[in-house]
Amino acid sequence: MAAEKRLMKGNEAMGEAAVRAGCDAYFGYPITPQNELTAYMAKHMIDHKRVFIQAESEVSAINMVYGAAATGARAMTSSSSPGVSLKQEGISYACGADVPMVIVNVARSGPGLGGISPAQGDYFQSTRGGGHGDYHHIVLAPKSVQEAADLTFEAFDLADEWRMPAMILADGMIGQMMEGVVLPEPKDPATRVAKPWAVGNKGKRTELNHVDSTQLVPENFEKALHVRYARYDEIKKTVVRWEEQNLEDADLILSAYGTSARVCLGAMQMARKLGLKVGLLRPITLWPFPEQRFGALAGKRFLVVEMSMGQMVEDVRLYTHGKSEVSFYGRCGGMIPTEEDVLAEIRRILKK
Amino acid sequence: MELVYGHPKSLKPVQTKYCPGCGHGVIHRLITEVIDEMGMQEKSIILNPVGCSIWASLYFDFDSVQVPHGRTPAGATAVKRMLPDHLVICYQGDGDLAAIGTAEAVHAANRGEKFTTIFVNNAIYGMTGGQMAPTTLVGQKATTAPYGRDPVEAGMGYPIRVLEMLATLGGTKYLARGAVNNAANVRKTKQYIKKAFEAQMRGEGSSMVEILSQCPTNWAMDPVDSVGWVESAMMPFYALGEVKNELAGAGKEAGK
Repeated sequence: MAAEKRLMKGNEAMGEAAVRAGCDAYFGYPITPQNELTAYMAKHMIDHKRVFIQAESEVSAINMVYGAAATGARAMTSSSSPGVSLKQEGISYACGADVPMVIVNVARSGPGLGGISPAQGDYFQSTRGGGHGDYHHIVLAPKSVQEAADLTFEAFDLADEWRMPAMILADGMIGQMMEGVVLPEPKDPATRVAKPWAVGNKGKRTELNHVDSTQLVPENFEKALHVRYARYDEIKKTVVRWEEQNLEDADLILSAYGTSARVCLGAMQMARKLGLKVGLLRPITLWPFPEQRFGALAGKRFLVVEMSMGQMVEDVRLYTHGKSEVSFYGRCGGMIPTEEDVLAEIRRILKK
Repeated sequence: MELVYGHPKSLKPVQTKYCPGCGHGVIHRLITEVIDEMGMQEKSIILNPVGCSIWASLYFDFDSVQVPHGRTPAGATAVKRMLPDHLVICYQGDGDLAAIGTAEAVHAANRGEKFTTIFVNNAIYGMTGGQMAPTTLVGQKATTAPYGRDPVEAGMGYPIRVLEMLATLGGTKYLARGAVNNAANVRKTKQYIKKAFEAQMRGEGSSMVEILSQCPTNWAMDPVDSVGWVESAMMPFYALGEVKNELAGAGKEAGK
C-alpha cells in the first residue's frame, strides 16, 4: 500500500512524527508560533496513553524533559525563540549529564520579545551551546514540512544514539505553513537504543545510576570533557548532512538553511534560466556544520542568505579558511527574502 | 535473634561531607530507615538539589537524578510520571524550594504530583556560605543581611511558611512539619516521612515533609546551641505538626 500523503501544518507534522518516533513524554508551554505543536501533543499523547504536561514555564518544561529522559524515556519539548532562551539552562545540564532529548525551536524574530514572524536569529544560540559551559548538541534545520517531520522522527534516534539533545531549528514559516507530507511508519520500540545508564527499574543491575552533571574535581572534570569532545569528533564525521545542487560549474554558491534555503533554491533556478552559473549548498545539520564540504570548496565565491543580521555566514567564512569571497544578504525582524531579492543580489555580485 | 537497630541498608556506610552538627545526616538516616521498612530500596529514586544536599547521591544507596537549582520538583514530576511504581523523593533546601524554585514547587504541588518532597528548612543558604534564605527569620543575621533580616526598612521580605502556603492548593494531600533537634522530634519526623511515603505509593497526591534543621556552621553557633536555637527561635514561627492531612484513612490514623 502506498504511503498516505496528508496535508498538514509543519507544527502538526512535527508532532505526529514525534508520536510515531515513540515519544513517551511531551512537556510544553504556550508560545507563538509553535502552539499547534503543543496542542497536537496534548490530544495525541493522551490518546496514546502517554505523558503530556503543560508546564508552568519553559524552564520547568525542559527540566521535566530532563527528568523523563533520565528514566530512559523518549522525551520532547517545543517552543519558540524567547522560550528556547529560557530552556538553555536545562539544555546545558542535559549536555553535561549526557541526557538525550528532542527540542523543537519554531524560531521567531528577536532579540527580546521581538516579533512572532519567522526568523533565523537563533543560529548562534543553537550551534554554540546556548547555555553556560563547553558543549554542543545536534541541530537539524528543515526546509519543508516533509523534512520537518522526517528530521523530528530521526532526531529521537540521533539523540539516543549520541546521548545528547537533538534540536530541530525550524522557523515560523515551517511551523505555520501547510504542505503535503508522507509520515514515517511508527517506530518499533524494540529497535530503540538500550539505555543502561537510565535511573529506575534497577532489577539485577548491580551499579547505581546517577544522572548528574556535577564534577567538583577539576582533574576529573577536564578528563570527562575530553571524553565528551572525542564523541563530538565522531558525530562530526558521521552525522553531518547537507544538500548541494549545481556546484560543479558554479561561479557563485548560495548557502542558506531552512526557509531561506528554499528561497535560494528558487533564486538559483531563476539565475540558471538567465545563464548565470549559480549553485546551492544547504547545511541540514547546523551542528555538526559541514566544515569539510565548505573547506573543499574554499576559493569559490559564496553568497550566504539568512533571515538574520548574519550568523551562519561566520561559519562559512571560518570553514572556507579566508580563501573565499563570502557575501551576505539578510532580512531580519520577521522579514523573509524573496527569490527576486536574492536574484538581484546574485546579479549585483556577478555583475550580470 | 531479631535485629532491632542497625545501619540502614539504603544508606551507604560512608562518612558524609556535612559539617559537625548538621541536620542532613539525621534526615538521610530517617529517609533510609523508612525505605528499608517499606522494602523500597530497589525502587527508590532521589532528586537531589543544588545546595549542600547535592552530595546525596554519595550517601543514598539507590539511583539519583541531579537537576538545576530549584528545578527539583519539575524533574521529580517527570521521573514519577514515567515510573509511577517507584518511590520518588524530591529533596530540597529552603533556597532551592522557596526562592529560586518557588514556581516549580507550587505548580508540582498544585498538580498533585505523586512524589514526596523532603524540605530541609535551616533558615540559611548552607553551601554558598550563609546568605539570607526565604525562610531566614526576622532579625536573623546572614552574610547578605549583616544587620539582620529587616523586612520593612531594608525591604528584605518576611520568612515564608511554605506548608501553610501550599495547604490552600487542591493537589496537596499531606503536609507536615517536623524537626531533628532532639530525639522526640526525630522520631515524630520519621512518622511523618513514613506517612508521606506510604501515601505516595498509594498514589494519593502531593506530599511534603518540612524538617526544621540546624546549620551550626552558618549560624555561627556550636552544635548544642544550634539545636536549642531550632526550638527557641524557629519553632515559634514554624509550628510543628501536620499542617494538612487529607489522606484516605486520615481519621483512622489520627490516634497513632
